[in-house]
Parts: sequence; structure tokens; C-alpha cells
Amino acid sequence: MNNDTIISVEGLTKRFGDFTAVDSISFQVGKGEIFGFLGANGAGKTTAMRMLCGLSMPTSGKASVAGFDIYKQTEEIKRNIGYMSQKFSLYEDLTVRENIRFYAGIYGKTNSFIKEKTAFVLKQLHLEKDADKLVRSLPLGWKQKLAFSVAIFHEPQIVFLDEPTGGVDPVTRREFWNMIYKAAEDGITVFVTTHYMDEAEYCDRVSIMVDGRIDALDTPSGLKSNLKASSMDEVFLMLARKAKRTGD
Amino acid sequence: MRTLRFLLQKEFRQIFRDPAILRIIFVMPIIQLLILPWAADYEVKHVNLSVADHDHSSYSRLLISKVTSSGYFNLISYNNSFHAALEEVEQNKADVVLEIPAKFEQTIVKENEGTLFIAVNAINGVKANLGGAYLRSIIQDYNREVRLKWIQFPRFSPETSIEVHSSNWYNPLQNYKYFMVPGILVILVTMVGSFLAAMNIVKEKEIGTIEQINVTPVKKHYFILGKLIPFWVLGLFILTMGLLVTWLAYGIVPVGSFITIYIYAAIYLLAILGLGLLVSTMAGTQQQAMLISFFMMMVFILLSGLYTSIESMPVWAQWITKFNPVTYFIEVMRMVILKGSGLADISRQIIIIIGFAIVLNTWAAISYKKRV
Repeated sequence: MNNDTIISVEGLTKRFGDFTAVDSISFQVGKGEIFGFLGANGAGKTTAMRMLCGLSMPTSGKASVAGFDIYKQTEEIKRNIGYMSQKFSLYEDLTVRENIRFYAGIYGKTNSFIKEKTAFVLKQLHLEKDADKLVRSLPLGWKQKLAFSVAIFHEPQIVFLDEPTGGVDPVTRREFWNMIYKAAEDGITVFVTTHYMDEAEYCDRVSIMVDGRIDALDTPSGLKSNLKASSMDEVFLMLARKAKRTGD
Repeated sequence: MRTLRFLLQKEFRQIFRDPAILRIIFVMPIIQLLILPWAADYEVKHVNLSVADHDHSSYSRLLISKVTSSGYFNLISYNNSFHAALEEVEQNKADVVLEIPAKFEQTIVKENEGTLFIAVNAINGVKANLGGAYLRSIIQDYNREVRLKWIQFPRFSPETSIEVHSSNWYNPLQNYKYFMVPGILVILVTMVGSFLAAMNIVKEKEIGTIEQINVTPVKKHYFILGKLIPFWVLGLFILTMGLLVTWLAYGIVPVGSFITIYIYAAIYLLAILGLGLLVSTMAGTQQQAMLISFFMMMVFILLSGLYTSIESMPVWAQWITKFNPVTYFIEVMRMVILKGSGLADISRQIIIIIGFAIVLNTWAAISYKKRV
């Protein structure tokens, strides 16, 4: 493990009764990397991610996130990560500004920091005019972009994104990925799950989960040349077809 | 501490933006307090009476007019046969049948005694019981009147007469509203304190925001406090609204001090909020929370002594009432509002409710997990 490793996972396993959702996975993510975490529905991506975020207790295995142990130091981990779940998780009955202020506040950010950065984020999202509108009234794509901005508002070391672009139109997806690149440039490590293979091409490295195990892990071009595939789509289909589990 | 301020700010904003909650807070207490006490009336009136008069004498007419003028009975039919009268009962038109036998007047005058027959429809137990009892006491009264008419010189009265004088303490006019209104107020405070709080937390589970909170460094106890404090304030607010309505609509002003009521309510709400929190940890969806709440509310209302006296319940049911926090608050409210009891008089109830608060909140805090 070198100094630039920010997430390190070894033999991480999660069982629910007889069912092994995550089956002894191991990988490392480097600082500032955009790490794509792919897999079919039900492959165990979300469960693995939830363990890394301290939301779910692993059955066995070792892992550290931002240098903290996922068994004992979950509170420290939480201070250093951002998380955006599959479900939209801003408060629809609060305004854009109130949502930002609330999440920044509970991360312990100072008022002056919140004020300054809120103005910056609103400008970046072109939401200055809608800052005092309820989040409920925004279109989905905007909500997702806002949710991402809120997830990295407190300037975490790592941000976990669980299918952030589900149900979003291609233009907005493109804009969303520009935001991800921007975050990575600012030194935030991005750990992202997705179903879109074009998005997988944008990642620095990609892991593909099949039936709870990681079957492949490499750069997108490395994966393609190894499997003699022309696109990530093909790579994914070759690997995912072996799956015995049915999706959820 | 600063975290808590952010949490509270968010909660209050959301509460005051939700029209459904506002309706519950402002409209429900007023409507319920204005309507329920009138419906929850213990007095039985409008008992439907069917008379089978075989005598048709001046005595029987006197009796019937005495019964109908009492105000408790509606004479719905006047028949010549018992069968015809009983048919009214079968058709659910009459509740009570009074049968006056043939030669009723004659036997009274000649033999100095008479027989009457009462048949009661006992499907509605309370109505039957009280209706029958009213009828009996009216007949007794009638009996005394008839005798008084005959006895010219009361000092030779052959009847021993013991007259009973009674005085009703704390509620001299036996106004049942004095009894019901404080109890209904308790139920209102309980519903807000426990179930609105539970629904609120479960709602966050359902929409997924709770998971977002769980990946933040917010401490578990801050999150819980952030949820409980707003509903604690709302509970006391509803109590205030309720006491206001009680005064304006029924002229009930507590004999005891408001401070006593508020001190008790403040502790009581802690216990009941703990219960709400517990419900929220048990339920995954708002529907589940709703169902649990319904079930608990039934037990709370029926086994709290709100409508029926606890002393007349079977012993096992009396034991259940002891595990019902609502019981104690209803007791306290009635004691303070009607009797003017002070803190010293309700010390037993205070200690018990503190116990409830500790047990329920500890249980809930243990069940609430940030990590599964």
C-alpha cells in the first residue's frame, strides 16, 4: 500500500443469512482517482459501498477509507467523505439554499464558509435565481447536480456516488460528469457506481462486480484490450453474462 | 450544540411548511374538543318507550304521563297488548316496554299493592341499564305520590321514611364535561407527542434522507434530540390551545395551578416522545407506523379510564392500565383541573411517568442504529 492509496479493501465480505451479497472483494483506490464500480443489478455494488461509508457492518474482511478503519473509526470516516445515494436525498420541502445550509451546518462548517461557498456553488449550477425555491420544484437533472454539489460541499477527501445519473437525460449526464471531473481536479477521489457504459469510459479505472465478486479491475482501455472488446459495453456483457444471480 | 441548532431549524421549517401537520396542530384540537365532549355523554336520554296498557284507568294514565314528562323517555307507541309492544322492540323502534296489567287501579285501591312489568332491550347495555333504572325510580316516585294522596295525616305515616341528602364534591352539578374534557385533551397531546413524531422519523426513512444523515458525522443523540424537541414544543403548544378551548367553550378553568399541569405535561411528553421514537424504529414505512399507532391508540383510549372507570375493570385489565402512560396523565389532569391538586398530591404520578420516560427513551435509543 503506497502513500497515495485512499481506499484499501481486503477480503471484504457481507452476508445476509445464507446470502453472500459481497464475497471477499479486494481493491485499492488512489488519491484523486475516478474509480468506476460497475456491476449488474444485485451484484452487490451498493452493499459494498454502504460498508465503506459506515452504513453497513461488514461480516468479515478489512478495509480502510481515508486512512480510517471501517470497523472502529466510522465517525472519522464520515467526516471525510461525501455520499450521494440512489434515492434522491435532499429535503424537497426545503429551498435550495436551506438544503445547502443544513448539510454544511451539520458537517460543522462556519457561517462565513457556508455563505461564501453557497454563492459560489449557486453560480456554478446557475441556480442563483432559484436559490429560494423549494427543491421539489426543480427538474430531476438539476436536483441531481445540486445533490452532488451538496455531497462535496464540505470538501471531503472522497465522494461516493451510487448511480448518480439514473433517469437523467444525456445532456445533463454530460454536465454531471463535467462536475465530477472538476471535483477530481480539486483533489477529491470519486468512487462511482453506474449502469451507463459510456460513463465507465470516463473513469480512470473500472472494477466490474459479478455475483458479489470483483471479476475485472483495470483501466477502461486495459479491459478492452485484455478481452479483445471494442467497447466497455462489450466488456460488461462478456463478464456480466456469467452471472448466476438474477437482478433485483 | 451548533449541530443541534441546524437540526432544529430544519425540523421547524419543515413542520411549518407542511399544511397537513398545521391542520393537525391547529384544527384538530379545536374540533375534537368542541365535538367529542358532547358526544361522549354518559347520560341516557331519548329512551324509546312502548306502553302496553291493559287497564286504561286514570291511574295508568297518570303513570304514563309521569314517565313521559320526565324528559328521558319518548313514548313511541301505546298498545293494548304486550305482543304489539314487544314487536316494536323487535323492529328496533322501542328500547323499553312498560306493561300495565288489567285491573291495575282496582288492585292498588283494594289490595294496596299493584304489579307492573318492564321489558328492556338489552342489546345496548348502558342504555338498557340506565333506561330501566330511570323507569324504576319514576315508578317509585309515582308510588309515593299515590300513597301520599291517601294518607291524610302524615304523622301517622305507616311508612318509615329515611331521606338521603348527598352533595357532590369537585363537580357539584355532575357535569360530565368537566370529567371528559381534561381526558380528551390528554389524548390529543398524546397523539401529537407520540405519533406525529413517529411518522416524521419514518417519513425520513421512507424518502431516504435518513441515510444521508447517517453518513454525516451527526451524533445519534443529536439527531434524536433534533426530532424530539420540536414535538415536545408542539405538544405543549397543543396543550395550551386545548386549555384555551376548554375555557372558552366550556368555561372550565383549572382549580389547581397551570404550573402543575405544565410541569407534569413536560415530563409526560418526554415519555410519550420516547414511545414515538420507539414506534419509528419498529416501522419501516409510514403505513406500518400508522397501523402500530392505531392499535396503540385503541389500547390507550379504552384502557386509560377516559370513558370507563378503572376500578370497575377486571383485575387483569386494571394491571394493563398501570402500564399505560395515558392513565396517569388523565388522573393528573382531572385531579388538578377539578380538585386543585398540587405537585405534592401528584408525586406518585410524577415518579411513575419519569420511570416511563427513562425506560422508553433508553429502549428507543438502543433500537435506533446508524449502522445496520
